[in-house]
Amino acid sequence: MLKDITLGQYFPVDSVLHRMDPRFKIIFTMLFIIMLFAGNSIWTLVLGAVFVLMAQLLSKIPLKMSWKSIKPILPILVFTAVLNLEFISSGDVLWEWSFIKITEGGLQTSVFMICRIILLIVGSSLLTYTTSPILLTDAIEALMSPLRKIKFPVHEMAMMMSIALRFIPTLLEETDKIMSAQKARGAALDSGKLTQRVKALIPILIPLFVSAFRRAEELATAMECRCYRGGEGRTRLRQLRAEKRDYIGLFVCLVFLAASIVLNVLHKV
Amino acid sequence: MAILKTEGLTYTYSAGTPFEKTAVDHVDLCIEEHTMVGVIGHTGSGKSTLMQHFNGLLKPTSGKILLDGKDIWADKQKMREVRFRVGLVFQYPEYQLFEETVFKDIAFGPRNMGLGEEEIKRRVLETADALGMDRELLKRSPFALSGGQKRRAAIAGVMAMRPEVLILDEPCAGLDPKGRNLMLQQIRDYQKKTQSTVLLVSHSMEDVAEFTQKLLVMSKAKLFCYDDTAAVFRRSAELREMGLRVPQIASVMEKLRNRGFALPEDLYTVEQARDAMLHLLQKGGSTC
Ligand SMILES: Nc1ncnc2c1ncn2[C@@H]1O[C@H](COP(=O)(O)OP(=O)(O)OP(=O)(O)O)[C@@H](O)[C@H]1O
Ligand SMILES: [Mg+2]
Repeated sequence: MLKDITLGQYFPVDSVLHRMDPRFKIIFTMLFIIMLFAGNSIWTLVLGAVFVLMAQLLSKIPLKMSWKSIKPILPILVFTAVLNLEFISSGDVLWEWSFIKITEGGLQTSVFMICRIILLIVGSSLLTYTTSPILLTDAIEALMSPLRKIKFPVHEMAMMMSIALRFIPTLLEETDKIMSAQKARGAALDSGKLTQRVKALIPILIPLFVSAFRRAEELATAMECRCYRGGEGRTRLRQLRAEKRDYIGLFVCLVFLAASIVLNVLHKV
Repeated sequence: MAILKTEGLTYTYSAGTPFEKTAVDHVDLCIEEHTMVGVIGHTGSGKSTLMQHFNGLLKPTSGKILLDGKDIWADKQKMREVRFRVGLVFQYPEYQLFEETVFKDIAFGPRNMGLGEEEIKRRVLETADALGMDRELLKRSPFALSGGQKRRAAIAGVMAMRPEVLILDEPCAGLDPKGRNLMLQQIRDYQKKTQSTVLLVSHSMEDVAEFTQKLLVMSKAKLFCYDDTAAVFRRSAELREMGLRVPQIASVMEKLRNRGFALPEDLYTVEQARDAMLHLLQKGGSTC
């Protein structure tokens, strides 16, 4: 079913990671990415792996879910590996066949890159697995609020984002319903030539657009009726509040980052 | 003869995720031909989910659906044919309209069946007449109609395929009382004329009491019972427990009976009740 592909892949279980302040979780993810890309040695990978494993265990997200987030990028992984193998030539030649030449340096780099991408994906998808989309937008708004000083419409951006997030599942559900209704009238959606298939989309797209516009209009009216006037002076139902565990988490992240930098420098020498 | 049959039909939404929900649980059913069946049940009891199995829109997690004795999932190539034989009108079907004119929209189903232009025209006009739609209306854009007219147009779109089984999921939701009654009368006339089987999902006990011969009662994803309408309403205590009720007039009759009036049981429509009370009064009443 269409509904099964959701954008926010929030996985609702109760864990420390779920309960953490979303603002801090975004910062952790950023620090983690910096850590991964600041270093170039084996220590970067070791520390990254330890960090991800720790977070994974704390989050109570089944490992199966992490595999699910890697699966779609497998082609990209293969592509990166091939490019690196092919274009980096340093060190001994390991294998050669007509114009293909695999060198030790190339192999090393491509293994390193693959591990780094996997860690990056698994680590950052933990953010979306443990944070609901609504909290995520709240946190983004909070983190971006300094930009208000330069007249950047932070609140409006966040509002648009949360409305979009709110309506993606609704629209998917609606698409599902319209597709079912037209299938019940014998619409052939998954057979025929390309032109026929494109034509077969019309009975779905038209009702979908009509209903999307209707919804937008209704929502705008409803917001007006409740005197929505933008972000000025608005209070929140969910106040984001940092607690001890968030500061502990921040400390751990900084330690990892520092360790990674130090080990990288030592390794180079 | 049974036209629709289910064996151990079970359906689970989002199986294998934290949102897992079994909406239909081991349902065994046998629906006879040429009947008008009412489908009732509390909100979320799985009525709509069950209905979407009958024309193969949902594939059962386990169990079977037999149409005329043949498993509808035995041959996937024939699924379109099944959908022409079992017509399903969704809840709020007006959101599926898309063509430039009402005529073209009603013709969408018959055209998909591969019928000739003459036949398509004949069916569209016939269906429009059966539902009391003006010929003038057929030339208008479906988006320029009123809510009730849109509903009729959408129902006509399925009826025009002349399915052997017509399933209507709450066709009267959001219509005014007079409009409801007219719509149900038209549906019943259509059923009588075409000798088809009609399944009518409804939240109104009055409507099903008046218009259906059989009742299918769903409760918490399970089939509570499938029986003659009168027989189901005799179990008023159990219905109340499920959050359903008997028609209002039946409650009134029951209370009158409890006060000693010699009224017969099985009075579920206002007409029946009126006749019975007049009869009682003519006999000289007991306590009046
Ligand atoms: N697409 C879906 N995904 C997940 N769960 C669903 C979906 N559709 C329905 N359900 C769930 O399945 C159960 C049965 O739903 P269904 O729509 O069949 O009920 P219903 O009897 O038709 O109710 P109503 O009288 O309100 O129309 C409900 O608990 C509902 O939450
Ligand atoms: Mg329903």
